[in-house]
Amino acid sequence: MAGKKQKRFSKPMFLGEYGFGTAFVHGNVITKLSAIIFGLGNILHKQIMRGLLYLALEAGYFIYMTSIGIKALQDLTTLGTKTQEEVFNEAKGIYEYVVGDNSMLCLLYGVVTLFVTAVFIAALTSSVKSAYDSQLRKELGKSIPNFVDDIKSLTNSKLQATLLAVPIIGVIAFTVVPLVFNIFIAFTNYDRDHQPPGNLFDWVGFDNFVAMFKTGGVLSNTFWPVFQWTIIWAVFATFTCYILGMLLAIVINREGTRFKGFWRFLFVLSIAVPQFVSLLTMRTIFNTNGPMNSLLRTLGVIDVTQSVPFLTDGSIAKITIICINIWIGVPFTMLSTTGILNNIPKDLYEAAKVDGANALVTFFKITLPYMLFITSPSLITAFVGNINNFNVIYLLTGGGPESIEYYYAGKTDLLVTWLYKLTITNKDYNLGSVIGIIVFVILATFSLLTYRRTASYKDEEGFQ
Amino acid sequence: MKTKKTGRTKKIITNSIVHIGLAILGFIWVLPIAFVILTSFRAEGGTYKSYIMPRGYTLDNYKNLFDQYGSLVFTKWLTNTMLVAIASCILATFFVLSVSYVLSRLRFRMRKKLLNIALILGMFPSFMSMIAVYYILKGFGFLESGQLKLVALVLVYSCGASLGFYIAKGFFDTLPRTIDEAAYIDGASKWKVFTKITIPLSKPIIVNTLLTSFMAPWVDYIFAKVILGQDRAYYTIAIGLWTMLEKEFAEYYYTTFFAGCVIISIPIVILFLFTQRFYVEGTAGAVKG
Repeated sequence: MAGKKQKRFSKPMFLGEYGFGTAFVHGNVITKLSAIIFGLGNILHKQIMRGLLYLALEAGYFIYMTSIGIKALQDLTTLGTKTQEEVFNEAKGIYEYVVGDNSMLCLLYGVVTLFVTAVFIAALTSSVKSAYDSQLRKELGKSIPNFVDDIKSLTNSKLQATLLAVPIIGVIAFTVVPLVFNIFIAFTNYDRDHQPPGNLFDWVGFDNFVAMFKTGGVLSNTFWPVFQWTIIWAVFATFTCYILGMLLAIVINREGTRFKGFWRFLFVLSIAVPQFVSLLTMRTIFNTNGPMNSLLRTLGVIDVTQSVPFLTDGSIAKITIICINIWIGVPFTMLSTTGILNNIPKDLYEAAKVDGANALVTFFKITLPYMLFITSPSLITAFVGNINNFNVIYLLTGGGPESIEYYYAGKTDLLVTWLYKLTITNKDYNLGSVIGIIVFVILATFSLLTYRRTASYKDEEGFQ
Repeated sequence: MKTKKTGRTKKIITNSIVHIGLAILGFIWVLPIAFVILTSFRAEGGTYKSYIMPRGYTLDNYKNLFDQYGSLVFTKWLTNTMLVAIASCILATFFVLSVSYVLSRLRFRMRKKLLNIALILGMFPSFMSMIAVYYILKGFGFLESGQLKLVALVLVYSCGASLGFYIAKGFFDTLPRTIDEAAYIDGASKWKVFTKITIPLSKPIIVNTLLTSFMAPWVDYIFAKVILGQDRAYYTIAIGLWTMLEKEFAEYYYTTFFAGCVIISIPIVILFLFTQRFYVEGTAGAVKG
């Protein structure tokens, strides 16, 4: 592809600025052969160490493939064929388990093999490019870097490779591979009835997605209300905290307010307490027999025998959660907006004052638009974070009150807490993965739409 | 004259309303924290009480915390968390600095692609892949002993942190490029520029990264729970305290739990108030003009 595009350029390209296609098409026989025997071009151009490293990579890959890889790829397509069996051992007179295939491990090793193959392909293109580079240098009469030069370039022109190597390996091992593994699981029937090693699971195509959206099914009857509440929650949680936090910052920042530092400290204290502590405390306070209810009883707001179901009634719990979230979120906004508020040009306010605008008008016409302009990226992040806000829901209500109409979800469950329940508690891994993918699709669409908009904003060169 | 006077009384009235409002709000915001502290000194055991102010006060809950026997070993949890936090904050800071420096200052073929991939990865729910991580760690043999499990936690925390490079990258973006260019003209390599120029200019963001990644193990419990399982001696503080609220312990350990919360909150509060300054400086940019 890249080769086709760049064919119209004359042959000697700038060193280091060509893709695999160009290198392969324009390279000589040795360069082309470097795709089969890695490092050949380098070895022939006296870059022995570099060439041998490529060769070692290739050899390592083939050893891996013949010993484990090919079997792993086969298992990936079948996900195991031999079920664990109980066999009567006559010598001992007992039943023994004969180990069968483990679909989960088949899938995992399959995914790992796919990644190893990707590394192999990367090495292949790199080998050809490296050979082409040496070929070009020779043709142009430039010096060909030896191994010492290669090592030196790692601290200079190729510094990115040095610095990124370890973090990228870490992210691939602990984020990317698990993610791909879980995306694959969404297309299998890895649920509570198909648990390895006792049972095998198998590919089922899009069946899980169909079940999730089929009207009238118990899954779609759960999915839509939970989805709806997730969106409502995210919108309310984001905007209540944003607006109220900003108002608080404005009130503390205003001229007449004294002890500014003290007020700020009071509110910031709640951020500093670990979230699981403050949330569990809130849960205690709003318990049916907790301090809040007994306070209301003492004040005579409710009868002595009554209690407000703050966290046990579906609709009231939703309101309580949003209120508690205000307690948690407002100090964050206050902290992050204080600095920006001080940067709003003062003459804007003076002009408004001259025109006779009151506080409310100045807020909606000057402060809010300015803040929205500056903080829209962080607002988007906050919205995304709230859709994935596991802690608040899980620690406050655990998704409860439970509902019989739902499939293992409660009235206040978000998609993520439902995902948690499906995978950790119920072991319906396939459904959990489907939800994960849906959450991703929602967030990706949302971010694409909004980030574009903020980018076009940025072109306008600031707030005027 | 008269309008000025009414203007002043109006100002006094609004000011007092504002201060009273702030006092009420401040009271609401501090109340739950006060509840935690009061309960940690409560003399009566048992779980929920229908009153806020304890009937009697005691220090036994704190004493209880430190002379543990059986499976609830608070001091052990403290050291575990401390070790994990120190190791993972050093690794994570190293990762975050490398990644954000490379993506902010160096130009190479894959840069845009890597930025997009990081953005996409951030949109999947983070614990969707927890089960797979568990089996990968098991495959590497990390789950065979308690110490190795803690090493696994360090690895997972620090590798996860390297995706959170945005704040540091934003900081590096604000450093003037002319300094780098001047150094290149003088013949410095990119490594020299990174270690001798950029790092010394980045103290606020380094401190910020160190402290945020130091605090993560103190409050994370979902991941720690999945990895550490039933190995109570190797728990970190968050899941350890959480265990105290489990049905078999709650009746006896409820007040002790709150004492533990107070103890771990104190260093976090101090660290946080400390970072806050760096956080504001860090996002505002280091060198101006």
